[in-house]
Amino acid sequence: MNNNSQAYSATAEVASVRLRRSRWDRARVTLGKAPRSAWFGMIVFAIYLFIALFAPWLAPFDETQVFVTPFASWDATHWFGTDQIGRDVLSRLIYGARNTMGIALATTLLSFAIGGSLGIMAAINRRLLDQILSRSVDVLMAIPSLIFSLMLLSIFGSSIPNLIIIIAVLDSTRVFRLTRAVAINVVVMDYVEAARLRGDGLWWIMRHEILPNITPPLIAEFGLRFCFVFLTIAALSFLGLGIQPPTADWGSMVRENANLIQFAQFDIKAGLTPLLPAGAIALLTIAVNFIVDWFLHQTSGLRDDH
Amino acid sequence: MLKRGNVHPVLATVLKRLGLGLFTWLMVSVIIFASITMLPGDFTEAVLGQAATKETIVAFRKELGLDQPAIVRYGEWLLGVAQGDFGTSFSGRAASGQDRSRLVMDLVAPRLQNTLFLAGITAIIAVPLALFLGLTTALYRNSLYDRIVNAVALTTISMPEFFLAYILILLLASLWPILPSLANVNTEMALPERLIRIALPAMSLTLVIIAHMMRMTRAAVINLLALPYVEMARLKGATRTAVIMKHVLPNAWAPIATVIAFNLAYLVVGVVVVEVVFVYPGIGQLMVDAVTSRDIPVVQACALIFAVTYILLNLIADIIGIITNPRLLHPR
Repeated sequence: MNNNSQAYSATAEVASVRLRRSRWDRARVTLGKAPRSAWFGMIVFAIYLFIALFAPWLAPFDETQVFVTPFASWDATHWFGTDQIGRDVLSRLIYGARNTMGIALATTLLSFAIGGSLGIMAAINRRLLDQILSRSVDVLMAIPSLIFSLMLLSIFGSSIPNLIIIIAVLDSTRVFRLTRAVAINVVVMDYVEAARLRGDGLWWIMRHEILPNITPPLIAEFGLRFCFVFLTIAALSFLGLGIQPPTADWGSMVRENANLIQFAQFDIKAGLTPLLPAGAIALLTIAVNFIVDWFLHQTSGLRDDH
Repeated sequence: MLKRGNVHPVLATVLKRLGLGLFTWLMVSVIIFASITMLPGDFTEAVLGQAATKETIVAFRKELGLDQPAIVRYGEWLLGVAQGDFGTSFSGRAASGQDRSRLVMDLVAPRLQNTLFLAGITAIIAVPLALFLGLTTALYRNSLYDRIVNAVALTTISMPEFFLAYILILLLASLWPILPSLANVNTEMALPERLIRIALPAMSLTLVIIAHMMRMTRAAVINLLALPYVEMARLKGATRTAVIMKHVLPNAWAPIATVIAFNLAYLVVGVVVVEVVFVYPGIGQLMVDAVTSRDIPVVQACALIFAVTYILLNLIADIIGIITNPRLLHPR
């Protein structure tokens, strides 16, 4: 065999079949089959992420730097003009990506930490805990969440930590429902029973037996909830009750520049200024929705060819 | 007279659902009431100002009933609410003890009328339009028409309400000024004038809620079209319209009605943002203003009204779902 490397070797061929594809290979194969809408979503999201991470280097000016002319029109220094007190709109758009997405991400993570862990706990302990949690979630969900968060913000005042906690708690009710529903199907499995008999603790069972088996629906839900939280925060900021100035944020930017829209007849660019942050919000939600759609399709085992 | 044990199963389910709705409403009222007790202790000063005298503060605390236990206050508040009395607004009070505050009910009532008018007009436009689009896209599915309507619906679903509203303003009020961008209505206006003023807000709200309704209608009808009994109807020579109207729709009513009621409940929330965009004097705008000035009694009243409408519409959706279910209507 050494003197003739061209010789056919059955073992070599059989052995090569047993070589497993690495994670990287598998990811590449799946990505190669992704539809165009998913690619569009991923590219848009990557651009947003890049802008959010490198905001201080990308933005021409600081988010709070004030220039002489308020409502300046679009020109070479201020690509998208300046806002009502003379801050550069482009810089605020770039910093807004960081602030708005960061706060929405923190809120969604917190909401999943609360809703997810309580949901799994309720699925394991089906007696008193489940009853109490499920009934209170029913009641909390009976109030529209925008109205509820408006009420809570009027009591606790609107600061960024309050905003994150209030929306996360209200949103965790939805996460709780989903997690509980999927986890209940896993809890009855034999291996969970075995883990219990082995004497594993509640946290271990949650983390190592149940969580890995309910991850795909939770990830998809994470995308959807991120969109929802993002839109809620944008709506609250637009109403003037979310992220407070001078922090740059897309929702409040729409509100601050809304007056410009009536001059659209004379200068179409001025009329477009308030639509830029609103469009940025819309584009991100559409992109995330595309990714989630494709991900759900992948993990649900549905195939196009049937 | 219905005897116990002889109650129709539909009636029993409906009654059970009503009881659950009442319970939810009661719990919601507890939460909304509790909000005022969660306020930080010095809010009397915040309302009356730094210069408030001790007597004014004591009088104000007494008026709010803060010298009584919470449970008694809740009972009195609930009794008041049942008679349409939400207390008096926080605004208009001065440190000197002079009281120019107004009854919450006087603030809320005219605003509520305006909001109901806007929501009503929107529903009158949106519901038939959504049903028509849903049915036609299901009939001509995978056609160009279907794909265009679906793409537009998907896009409007993922956009914030104010984006849609401002695009409409830009196009229809600013670039081609055919409609007013401010929806400042008052009761003296004649109906046609009011309708023109609320044209843009109603259009934005329609766009917001129509997409879901249309897609659900389409999905429900398409699901049924695949069933054997529809094929049978077609084979015996029924026309397309007859198949849809006589065979498919009766079975599709339950999911369609549910999604309509659910989206009207969503309208309740969408109305807040849209009212602020168009400066429409409705209850949503009132609530946002009250939250900004931390006028808690007004916030409570608005939240309660929104929550009750929301619960009621969801309840109606459930009940329609129950009574249009043929399997429940004709038990074996």
